[in-house]
Amino acid sequence: MKVSMTVNGKAVSGEAEGRTLLSSFLRDGLGLTGTHVGCDTSQCGACVVHVDGKAVKSCTVFAADAAGANVTTIEGMANPDGTLGTLQQAFQDHHGLQCGFCTPGMVMSAAALLADNPKPTAAEVRHHLEGNICRCTGYHNIVKAVLAASGQDADRIAAE
Amino acid sequence: MYNFDFVKPTSLADAVKAMAQEDAQALGGGQTLIPTLKQRLASPAVLVSLSGIAEMKGVCVGDDGALCIGGATPHATVAKEAAAKFPALAALAAGIGDPAVRNRGTIGGSLANNDPSACYPSAVLATGATIVTNTRKIAADDFFEGLFTTALEPGEIITEVRFPVPERGAYAKFQQPASRFALTGAFVAKYGSGVRVAITGASENGVFRWTEAEKALSANFSAGALDGLTVPSDGLIGDLHGTPAYRANLVKVMTKRAVASA
Amino acid sequence: MPKDHGIGASSKRREDVRFLTGKGRYTDDINLRGQAHAVFVRSQVAHGKIRKIDTSDAEAMPGVLKVFTSADFDGKGGVPCGWQIHDRAGNPMLEPKHPILAEGKVRYVGDAVACVVAETLEQARDAAEAVVVDIDELPAVIDMKEAVKGGALVHDELGSNLCYDWGFIEDNKAATDEAFKTAHHVTTLELVNNRLIPNAMEPRVAIGDYSQAGDDYTLYTTSQNPHMIRLLMGAFVLSIPEHKLRVVAPDVGGGFGSKIFHYVEEAFVTHASKVVNRPVKWTCSRSESFLTDAHGRDHVTKIELALDKDGHFQAIRTETYANMGAYLSTFSTAVPTYLHGTLMAGNYKTPHVYVNVKAVFTNTVPVDAYRGAGRPEATYQLERVIDMAAREMGIDPIEIRRRNFVQPDEFPYQTPVAVQYDTGNYQATMDKLIEIADLAGFEKRRAESAKKGLLRGLGVNCYIEACGIAPSNLVGQLGARAGLYESATVRVNATGGLVVMTGSHSHGQGHETAFPQVIAEMIGIPENMIEVVHGDTANTPMGMGTYGSRSLAVGGSAMVKATNKIIAKAKKIAAHLMEASEGDIELKDGKFSVAGTDKSVDWGAVCLAAYVPHNYPLESLEPGLEETAFYDPSNFTYPAGAYACEVEVDPETGKVTICSFAAADDFGNVVNPMIVSGQVHGGLAQGIGQAMLEAAAYDENGQLLSGSYMDYAMPRADDLPFYKVDHSCQTPCTHNPLGVKGCGEAGAIGSPPAVVNAVIDALQRGGHKHVTHIDMPVSPSRVWQAING
Repeated sequence: MKVSMTVNGKAVSGEAEGRTLLSSFLRDGLGLTGTHVGCDTSQCGACVVHVDGKAVKSCTVFAADAAGANVTTIEGMANPDGTLGTLQQAFQDHHGLQCGFCTPGMVMSAAALLADNPKPTAAEVRHHLEGNICRCTGYHNIVKAVLAASGQDADRIAAE
Repeated sequence: MYNFDFVKPTSLADAVKAMAQEDAQALGGGQTLIPTLKQRLASPAVLVSLSGIAEMKGVCVGDDGALCIGGATPHATVAKEAAAKFPALAALAAGIGDPAVRNRGTIGGSLANNDPSACYPSAVLATGATIVTNTRKIAADDFFEGLFTTALEPGEIITEVRFPVPERGAYAKFQQPASRFALTGAFVAKYGSGVRVAITGASENGVFRWTEAEKALSANFSAGALDGLTVPSDGLIGDLHGTPAYRANLVKVMTKRAVASA
Repeated sequence: MPKDHGIGASSKRREDVRFLTGKGRYTDDINLRGQAHAVFVRSQVAHGKIRKIDTSDAEAMPGVLKVFTSADFDGKGGVPCGWQIHDRAGNPMLEPKHPILAEGKVRYVGDAVACVVAETLEQARDAAEAVVVDIDELPAVIDMKEAVKGGALVHDELGSNLCYDWGFIEDNKAATDEAFKTAHHVTTLELVNNRLIPNAMEPRVAIGDYSQAGDDYTLYTTSQNPHMIRLLMGAFVLSIPEHKLRVVAPDVGGGFGSKIFHYVEEAFVTHASKVVNRPVKWTCSRSESFLTDAHGRDHVTKIELALDKDGHFQAIRTETYANMGAYLSTFSTAVPTYLHGTLMAGNYKTPHVYVNVKAVFTNTVPVDAYRGAGRPEATYQLERVIDMAAREMGIDPIEIRRRNFVQPDEFPYQTPVAVQYDTGNYQATMDKLIEIADLAGFEKRRAESAKKGLLRGLGVNCYIEACGIAPSNLVGQLGARAGLYESATVRVNATGGLVVMTGSHSHGQGHETAFPQVIAEMIGIPENMIEVVHGDTANTPMGMGTYGSRSLAVGGSAMVKATNKIIAKAKKIAAHLMEASEGDIELKDGKFSVAGTDKSVDWGAVCLAAYVPHNYPLESLEPGLEETAFYDPSNFTYPAGAYACEVEVDPETGKVTICSFAAADDFGNVVNPMIVSGQVHGGLAQGIGQAMLEAAAYDENGQLLSGSYMDYAMPRADDLPFYKVDHSCQTPCTHNPLGVKGCGEAGAIGSPPAVVNAVIDALQRGGHKHVTHIDMPVSPSRVWQAING
């Protein structure tokens, strides 16, 4: 069947089977390989994208179920001029990534948190990111990056 | 996964029709079903997504004061919209899975699946909620029939769940460290007529009512009222994450904590 | 003022920009024109004899190109083991063949039996289900101590499940035994170092691409060391000479050891791409990776510590059973031996140490190096038994350690387990730890916890590790089948920018940022004039890759050597340009000058002269500015430190909460402090994960019980605190040009004992005096069981 949706502001459409997951529609169909697949039990969160403004695990949504939706992926998070957005920049500034594999999902989940809760506490950040597994950073710098992106003094909070 | 036809009706009537096809399977949020399909442990011919049916979504208060939640309402919506009327239920919903799972997973999907470690069944059973389907109303006490088994007939769709809001209520969950499902969770609900306690995560038969605790708490709604009770470990789950004896301990500890925070 | 440039600066990582915008290029992001997909048929049973494999139904299914079984690999080799151990009697270890697809028997759940190659992934999956494998199930060999008593054999042809029985150092045994006889006090501890699953977030992927036109092959793979894969696979498995085989590892999403090893899937897709004459891609699902990535740790140990009446260590004696799994993975045999026995002296002066290791075959996934590899196992047992001895003897756990430290003025220090520590200052890192962990405030915090009904405990320990394993001639004598040098080519371009081509390969460590910092410092040019090329055998010199915290200490040293050659040649060119003597040329801030004059020529002009040699000493100097160096270290490096953990234990549920974790490390000189802290953070999370959460568990039939994130507990953001890390105590390595030691594994090595020591401390202080040890992971149920047991 043909599935159409808006991805990062652009109308797109592509062929999908009933079983085609949104993650593979994005990766294989649209070539948007920034969305990663790190597990098959809906737990690691590397595949998180926004569907109609809400963070979802794209490996646990069928492409057909997202037909007509407005989808944002990591490729749609930079500023219009291509420079890093505030949250992305905070991840770089605070060394919130190492191998980069979990990073797209981490950024998308964190962006959803800040949209909902612009000044989260460190504990709120940690709790919100429980569905995003990172094996490299030990989370310390990820939490700092999210706090910094929210305009808080991340160094001070981390040292408390 | 095996392939299937995917349909996404926009009305309950169309969904019921679609479910009448051979080997049709309802898809709520899919947060359990899709991983199951990936493992090729299910092979529906038609998958009927319920996520496009507006009439099955939302939280409202019924004429009798019950909190009514549409069967296709995601956990995140319950966490927000039930917070004022039934904070214990909202808190439970806010603790299921993770934020992305809560944006997709639905109450109807969770109840229809009846995972022995899921959170919602404890709230439904402890409040004596009513499960409304496209064909009938089912009392909570009649709904849960053991591990992954419910009173639902093939093709039957949960359209709404009606929760009588307790005077006091709380859910206390002890997380399984890996899945973060309930290793054991206790929901206590105090009504004028008495107290109900439902335990999830602990029993090999799924969610159950802890009647001894209900009796003790109906007489004296305090954590201390449970001190003298013991929970037999027969029939409780033993796995990597805890022995039956450990779960028996958690049943009591979590129930006390729920009472203390109610 | 912290530096903003060069060595010592926290330069922001340049690779982050592509990772943060979805532009990373991981192996699974590569799709080749005409590629087919491979899906393996894997054994569902742990041990069995293959009676028949019927592929006929599968082969008739839509899109199927071919179904492979072991018969399709006749004449091909097995996947080799990279290190041959000799046992106590001097005999070589037992070494089975590890075929690409199972031959005759299956030996673990997940063992590859057959493989379908089809047009699409789903077609391959459908057909894989239709392959009928008829297996006579045999009793599974799971428990190591049972396995060596006789009974079922994992490899019938070997006649035993005991791979080797190793003594280190065998000549120390008699003196060690004697010391125990005269000891004032002996503390004995039996413990398990729990089996772990590495779980790099990027699952493994391999794409084989055979070109008929050139009769050559390209393998794209998720690897920490593409050159080693090329050598092992080309020379030992598929008989493809290196010049016909290119191995590319693009961006790699974490490894932690698990992507060092040569896996059968890599050889499969490479060979299969020739057979079907199409590129063949295999992408591992997470469920499959639980069953096929090499696992880590899995030691069962008895350690004894002999002390005199003042708590001075007299002798250490250990007996360890080390699980090899069903086959010998690349470095599996070295982990419990030379990466473990050599560290059993720890940070302490113990006159007599004897280590015995029995490596055992079982019907489980092969076990190999995982972050720390052998050193966490050594540290854990030693630091646990010291804590226990301190308690038994009534000595403060920090004091007993201080009393036994190799003191700052005693370096170089020769241990009784072969290695010589070049530098260190263990008192200094302990002092620093006490400061950053605010140990003085512990009692107050404990009282606060007690008010909440929680038991607070403090665990402190030290660690030492050995990084950059070398030199090659020594490891060769010890059984290594590879060299352990590293390489770098520095290619300067005509306008002064340069490229470093290195045999190291980052999979998250930030080489693209840190390596240029070193060269920028040496030459005095901006970091952004320097690029790093890595991960492709076609354009990097033969190198051994990234593991064992070796990249900066070994790969960085090769780069320094190559850069020094560049500078030496550039000085010759500069001398010519300025008509001065070569010996008078100085290089500073990217400018060559003649000492004692105001004559100078800048870096760019010299580079241009090298490539446009109009005014150039052609008679005595070749044009161009490109140099290669290989560096083979003369010793290990020895990072060390002191760690402290505070926990709260909920006595009603057994739940342990990490309240704080502090790490004071000595890594020698530090190139990028931001990256170094990040490495420590990640290591700590893995070590805390091992201590608190993670366990690969098999049932008695060899089924993996923790085969997904539903049962294998990965550390999440809310399981962990902000860490306090410090690496200001620096005793530079004496034998590499940068004075660096390596920081990648420290956190994972040093943290598990701190967590367990803290939990035991909490329970002891809370009155549960009968609890002297709990095996990892100290999960809620285990802690509750210990309290109530």
